[in-house]
Amino acid sequence: MSTETKEEDQSAAPPKLEAVEEVVVRFAGDSGDGMQLTGTQFTSTSALVGNDLATLPEFPAEIRAPQGTLAGVSAFQVRIADYDIHTPGDAPDCLVAMNPAALKKSIGDLKQNGVLIVNTDEFHDRNLKKAGYEENPLEDGSLAAYRVTPAEITTMTHRALEELDLDSKAKNRSRNMFALGMVYYLFNRPLETTIGWLEQKFAKRPKIAEANVKVLKAGWNFCEITDQFQVRYEVEPASLEPGVYRNIMGNSALSIGLVAASRRSGLPLFLGSYPITPASDILHELAAYKTFGVSTFQAEDEIAAVAAAIGAAFGGALAVTSTSGPGLALKSEAINLAIMTELPLVICNVQRGGPSTGLPTMTEQSDLLQAMFGRNGESPLPVIAASSPADCFDTAIEASRVAVKYMVPVILLSDGYIANGSEPWRLPQVEDLPDLRTEFRTDPEGFEPYLRDEQTLARPWAIPGTPGLEHRIGGLEKENITGDVSYDPANHQLMTDLRAEKVARIADEIPPIQVDGPAEGRLLVLGWGSTKGAITGGSQQARREGLEVSFAHLRYLNPFPSDLGDLLDRFEHVLIPEMNMGQLATLLRARYLVDVISMTKVQGKPFFRSEILARIREILGAEDVH
Amino acid sequence: MSTELPVLTKKDFQSDQEVRWCPGCGDYAILSCVQTVFPKLGIPKEKFVVVSGIGCSSRFPYYMETYGFHGIHGRAPAIATGLKASRPDLEVWIATGDGDAMSIGGNHLIHTLRRNMDVKILMFNNRIYGLTKGQYSPTSELGKVTKSTPVGSVDYPFNPLSLALGAGATFVARGVDIMQPHLRDILERAHAHTGSAFIEVYQNCNIFNDKAFEHMVAKQVRSEQTVEVLHGEPLVFGKEKDKGIRLNGTALEVIRFADGFGPDDCLVWDEADPNPALAFMMAQLGPPDFPTPIGVMRNVALPSYDHGLVHQIEEQIKEKGAGTLEELIYSGELWSVDQSGQVVRGRA
Ligand code: SF4
Repeated sequence: MSTETKEEDQSAAPPKLEAVEEVVVRFAGDSGDGMQLTGTQFTSTSALVGNDLATLPEFPAEIRAPQGTLAGVSAFQVRIADYDIHTPGDAPDCLVAMNPAALKKSIGDLKQNGVLIVNTDEFHDRNLKKAGYEENPLEDGSLAAYRVTPAEITTMTHRALEELDLDSKAKNRSRNMFALGMVYYLFNRPLETTIGWLEQKFAKRPKIAEANVKVLKAGWNFCEITDQFQVRYEVEPASLEPGVYRNIMGNSALSIGLVAASRRSGLPLFLGSYPITPASDILHELAAYKTFGVSTFQAEDEIAAVAAAIGAAFGGALAVTSTSGPGLALKSEAINLAIMTELPLVICNVQRGGPSTGLPTMTEQSDLLQAMFGRNGESPLPVIAASSPADCFDTAIEASRVAVKYMVPVILLSDGYIANGSEPWRLPQVEDLPDLRTEFRTDPEGFEPYLRDEQTLARPWAIPGTPGLEHRIGGLEKENITGDVSYDPANHQLMTDLRAEKVARIADEIPPIQVDGPAEGRLLVLGWGSTKGAITGGSQQARREGLEVSFAHLRYLNPFPSDLGDLLDRFEHVLIPEMNMGQLATLLRARYLVDVISMTKVQGKPFFRSEILARIREILGAEDVH
Repeated sequence: MSTELPVLTKKDFQSDQEVRWCPGCGDYAILSCVQTVFPKLGIPKEKFVVVSGIGCSSRFPYYMETYGFHGIHGRAPAIATGLKASRPDLEVWIATGDGDAMSIGGNHLIHTLRRNMDVKILMFNNRIYGLTKGQYSPTSELGKVTKSTPVGSVDYPFNPLSLALGAGATFVARGVDIMQPHLRDILERAHAHTGSAFIEVYQNCNIFNDKAFEHMVAKQVRSEQTVEVLHGEPLVFGKEKDKGIRLNGTALEVIRFADGFGPDDCLVWDEADPNPALAFMMAQLGPPDFPTPIGVMRNVALPSYDHGLVHQIEEQIKEKGAGTLEELIYSGELWSVDQSGQVVRGRA
């Protein structure tokens, strides 16, 4: 917010309105304070103003953490900009803290001189103690580095609703709208979107709608009348590509992508799943898509979920199972059954912090090696990763396409960051989506269960109910072509080679790697999955500083694109940032014998652009370039 | 599709694979029984799917000339569930064993039963691990001496029927490998039942646990040591039909007609009783004090899971119309950016 402001001449009435390129706002409060909803509203309003944006929710680690404690803090960060952005921002310019715990958890992130809005009503002894404050931070001078705007949000909410016949609890619940009204004023956003939304949401309870609208306006008016801010900020619309947009979270995009793949392939969608954070929303979302003919099966455990999907694949469905790291571990034996039986299957793994139960609500990319190698025997399968919330849509389609075309299980890697984060999605035309139509084998003439397609090596998909094609498949090694059980040594070698070759051949279809920047030079930053935003942002900034850096991103982790080896050779240094301890780096070193520079972070949080930037500067020996 | 079905015979269900169970294994009799029953069910051959897990019994699909899936250990019910849920038109059978179904796959078994998935589960109970060469199984009796329990096992066995009843199974039966007509009848009735059918088949493993059921089912003792449960009939047994089982208070007891009792004093079996309590009590019976019950213990009508799943989808489509991809993608709060960069709410 402090960079490159274009001041407007508004000397007359305070406060002045300052145009800024971008702003990062974080709403933080107790899990009962409605912070996710507040953040979502700020996001919707900004989308309609025309900003580019990205959001990142932060959920409390425990479902019913005691009120007012650090464990119970729920936060929502949104970054809005007048240009193309890729991440929800490193540090907030503005922090709303609804209680001491929220303040304590987020204050370390707030930028120097950032705007801090606090609900002073909640800063009483009991809450301060719960948050672990010995002294009231509002009084001990510890917040001197910020522009603090104290507001008796609870008191003023009640005052605004004096006339309304509602109990105190219900009134309390609209406090978040007061804070939102204040933030709308600060960033000069229209109230209409939220008012319209409230009226629609509470259409059956008009009094609640009225209360929320009143409090929203009260928040705005409080700031305007009492002159709370010396400066207000405005972010102009970004020049987004023409088109129709909606804001989308990764798990939603993934779910819609799977339905799209089902429609484009003509195969009914079957999801076998067991609830697990942060993948459960895929199950929830697909369960609601009954009118699209989607069948969802909430299984008794992770193993049943994948086994049921394999059964459905045998029956001719577009079969999917969704999970997170610990669930993928449980599924590994069954995934091998899909490899052996050469059935199409999409395994969506929304990664989270590990090992073991780890950090369920926090993000990590540490399942790459599990996806690659976490099974017994020689068991290669395609692994592809989504790089942003909206990209989950395309990745889901691609995973389905490959699974069906090559008759192979595919692991799709997402993670908690993009699963719950959101960004504007430029909606595709349905007719532009890939055509995934596929044909089942129906001709008994010359049929063998493990006949191979010359190009893809896929075996025929012959589903039960087809006369004359009765056959048996299973987990024992199969004789090539006939599919009979075989213990023949040479056949096992052949089948192992064929299963590997089948996956390797997918590389022929992978488009050339898109390099942003020079195609050769001193430094390539190469990423995969959800780090794309931070890498793009950090690299672009480095370039603005005059540093020579290129960056590229991998969607395919297995097989690697066929031009990857050459690309690595064309750069003096290759930097691999990943949210694990260097898993892609390990794969690249093993495969290409290139000593890439590994940059790792496992803190449950995505990379900041600034971290990538700092590392680029360091590698290029340019710490002091500005 | 033509309504006339080709006449199928046992031969149509025999695959070209050499059957590789040990000579004398009870599995042969069960295979023959299934191959005899399937052609009589009036279902086109291509609609049958046999799914199995791991174990001697799980080689079953290879010997059936139907669609077949030899799965992984314990997971046959889960594989079959996904298949049947997405393809209710298929006739799905599961071949499994006591280790496969009650040990490693116990969770899938009970959940498949409670959901009333329309799959038929044939559980070959030989009270031993055969394929891994002779360890005790979850149905082996206490004190069983095997390679893994050289001085006798110290864990109590499952009673498969009780487990199935406890899981809410809607069709529960027990048959015996060497009692072919009886077993055939059970299989036919399992097919006619809507929803899960759980059939425990006493199966002799002559290599690792020979004669495990001999004291109950051998021809010479069978009529005294078993009681055939028949719907609507009094529970009478004995070579001379001179004994019965009655409910005395809250316990079952054996009565002898020589003592002045008659068939009218016996419990009349009601397999359709919605309350499984009596079936559960029956399932407990066995040596040394009681005959072992065989036949259909429970058979109650309840809609199946797969039916419910399909029904919900159909109802939703009827109510809201079939969804289109266009609608799905272009839903939620939309905004449009035009060529000049102007932003408007909705889809311009
Ligand atoms: S080991 Fe026992 S159960 Fe297995 S095939 Fe041989 S006799 Fe039959």
